[in-house]
Amino acid sequence: MSLPSDTSDLSRRGLLQRAAIAGLVVSPAGGLLAGCATAGGENEEAERGKKSAKNPLGVKEDAPLEVVIFNGGFTDKYATDIHEPLYEKAFPKAKIKHSKTEEIAKALQSRFVSGSPPDVVNNSGANQMDPGKLVSEGQLLDLTELFDAPSVDDPKVKVRDTLIPGTIESGAFDGKPYQLNYAFTVFGIWYSQSLFDKHSWEYPQTWDDMVALCKEIKKAGIAPWTYQGKHPRYMNWPLLSMATKQAGPDILVKLDNLEPGAWEQEAILEAATRLYELKKQGFILKGTEGMDHVQAQTAWTEGKAAFVPCGSWLENEQKDTTPEGFEMTVAPEPLLSNDSALPYEGIRATAGEPFLVPTKAKNAAGGLEYLRRMLSKEGASGFSEMVSSLTAVQGAADGLELSPGLSSAAGVLKAAGENVFNWMYPTWYKTMENPAIDAATGDLLANRIKPAEWVKRCEKAAKDIRDDDSVTKFKR
Amino acid sequence: MRHGKYPFLVAFLAPPVALYGVYVVSPYLQAFYISLTRWSGFSGNVEFIGLANYRRLLEDDQFHTALVNNLILLACLPVITIIMGLFFASMLNIGGRRGRAGIRGVAGSAVYRVIYFFPQVLSVAIIGVLWLYLLAPGRGLVDRSLDGFWLGWLTPNEGWLGNPGTAFWWVLAAMVWMNVGFYIVLFSAGMQSIPRDVYEAALLDGASRFTTFWRITVPLLWDSVQVAWIYLAIIALDAFALVQIMLGNAGGPSRSGDVIGLNLYRTAFEAFNFGYASAMGVTLFFLTLIIAVLAMRATRRDRVEFS
Repeated sequence: MSLPSDTSDLSRRGLLQRAAIAGLVVSPAGGLLAGCATAGGENEEAERGKKSAKNPLGVKEDAPLEVVIFNGGFTDKYATDIHEPLYEKAFPKAKIKHSKTEEIAKALQSRFVSGSPPDVVNNSGANQMDPGKLVSEGQLLDLTELFDAPSVDDPKVKVRDTLIPGTIESGAFDGKPYQLNYAFTVFGIWYSQSLFDKHSWEYPQTWDDMVALCKEIKKAGIAPWTYQGKHPRYMNWPLLSMATKQAGPDILVKLDNLEPGAWEQEAILEAATRLYELKKQGFILKGTEGMDHVQAQTAWTEGKAAFVPCGSWLENEQKDTTPEGFEMTVAPEPLLSNDSALPYEGIRATAGEPFLVPTKAKNAAGGLEYLRRMLSKEGASGFSEMVSSLTAVQGAADGLELSPGLSSAAGVLKAAGENVFNWMYPTWYKTMENPAIDAATGDLLANRIKPAEWVKRCEKAAKDIRDDDSVTKFKR
Repeated sequence: MRHGKYPFLVAFLAPPVALYGVYVVSPYLQAFYISLTRWSGFSGNVEFIGLANYRRLLEDDQFHTALVNNLILLACLPVITIIMGLFFASMLNIGGRRGRAGIRGVAGSAVYRVIYFFPQVLSVAIIGVLWLYLLAPGRGLVDRSLDGFWLGWLTPNEGWLGNPGTAFWWVLAAMVWMNVGFYIVLFSAGMQSIPRDVYEAALLDGASRFTTFWRITVPLLWDSVQVAWIYLAIIALDAFALVQIMLGNAGGPSRSGDVIGLNLYRTAFEAFNFGYASAMGVTLFFLTLIIAVLAMRATRRDRVEFS
């Protein structure tokens, strides 16, 4: 005979209670097993081989190399078909592990946290990792060693001297180069040469001429301007370029150094006012504000608008919608006045498409060597040919047959000579540019705010970054 | 069979509990801790800063915009979707009156049923892109149709998604469109289980369609409505994907269409401020919890039993 007992009998309620307790006991242990998200990785010294004339960076010949490429406008074919074979030819024993992703941060961030990042990262695209943060966390290797190494094509010339001036600085944080910006991009205002020829229009060199021409274009039934409506920061580029050409590149240094009052400089306000007036005068294609970059650029290639601001990737991006004989052409921004600091030819151009080598990479020397091979004549001209983009390597595109847009970009760059400028704050402080100033510019262009209010909002965006001590500041 | 019961139960319960603990409970608990720190998400560098992130939330204008938008969704989405769901479901099941006897749907209801369910089969990303094309300035179906009816002047000059006054409402429209089909099916299933004779009796008494709907259908469907309310409230507090696709990462024109989920995403994966982002996540967690409890309370009614 057994007595009914309520201690050993498992009622449903008791079971649930016990399960809940078990859950509480198990979960912290589970947390330990899974590893806390905030736990750091170990720091291992990367292995190096012997340095020699052929192997100036001391790559261990049989060490595997892991390369991660951003699969965007350029796709990853240039890496698998050009750059990786170059490396494999030099180090036949090394095995290359290649991967591509559309979302760099999602794919790699956890690997940075756990201390096992790949050896070469093409940190690009909308989901790129914030390079400023990576630098301030000590996650990136100083690339000085690479730039001081002899170049592949001529061992007497250092890699640094084969590059277009400004390339190394464009990837520098507080003067130290941490990222290699490989593709060279020219920013300007784009139009169709054949359309202009048909109406015998001439690209204007001053803003007054621009307004006069816009009136004519409008009469012809075409909207003079469109821009990448949902990403209005594309219009920051002509805005700041025009201001720089008016007052000189020093105004950009003040912006980058987050100086109080930097956005209140007269030339910036004037450029903003000119762009604000585009909408007022009815020069902007209807619906532009609601278009994304592809919709706006497609309206432009369809001939619905005459001008669009962009960088030299535009031709590649729109190649499916560009009609035959469009003759895509880029030109510098018109001058705001006749007494400008820089000539009309002055242009914003910079190296983009960042590559980096993580500090904790297993084969960091191999990573640097991979970049050195990319910067060889063979690597660079192969890239230009395949993806129609200029590279940071001097003269690499010489003798190649270039598409209309790219050859006009190369021409503009040559004509500019010394008058090439760029600004850094969008790279250093990503959130200041987007969403903060991006949204302000959107409101300015749609005439929802006046230029003075736009200046105030930009000042505030700069102040927010200046006052936020969780953000590492850079100077130039 | 008494001894051996524990090992048996433990063997079945332990694996799911462990998985749940590792993949659900532990990240939740960690998020609570991370929300009290400053952490970039890139290294083991974690600094404890107490409630500073929550204090910052109170002063963050953009977060307030996002919060208000989520509250607008919360107020509009369940009401509109449930009303439309109930209306369409009753038309499909009991709306037909052509034959004297019998309760049935309007003509062609089998076809409509399939059409209404279409959006449910598509992923959110596809729905977002679809609406993007519908609303494309000048060339989208919406603008073309309006032009066709000489209503082109209705389209704002900036395009529907470029105007701060209209952009967010189109997101609401897309959300209603994508959700209503499921609730039509849910309410239809409920209506099938309402005994026919109840309707027949009402018919004999000369009740109008509206009275039948309001006095019979709705009360007898109250359980389903309650469930729908909670689901839709939770969906309204999210809305991340549609806003991201239709309005963009910054939250649309003048950043007017922002929602908490998108704000959180930007803070974590663009500004790389995981501490602050976790504080937003924790806030959202409590908000969802409170609203679910309130919705349960507010819609509690006596259950009607038939049989």
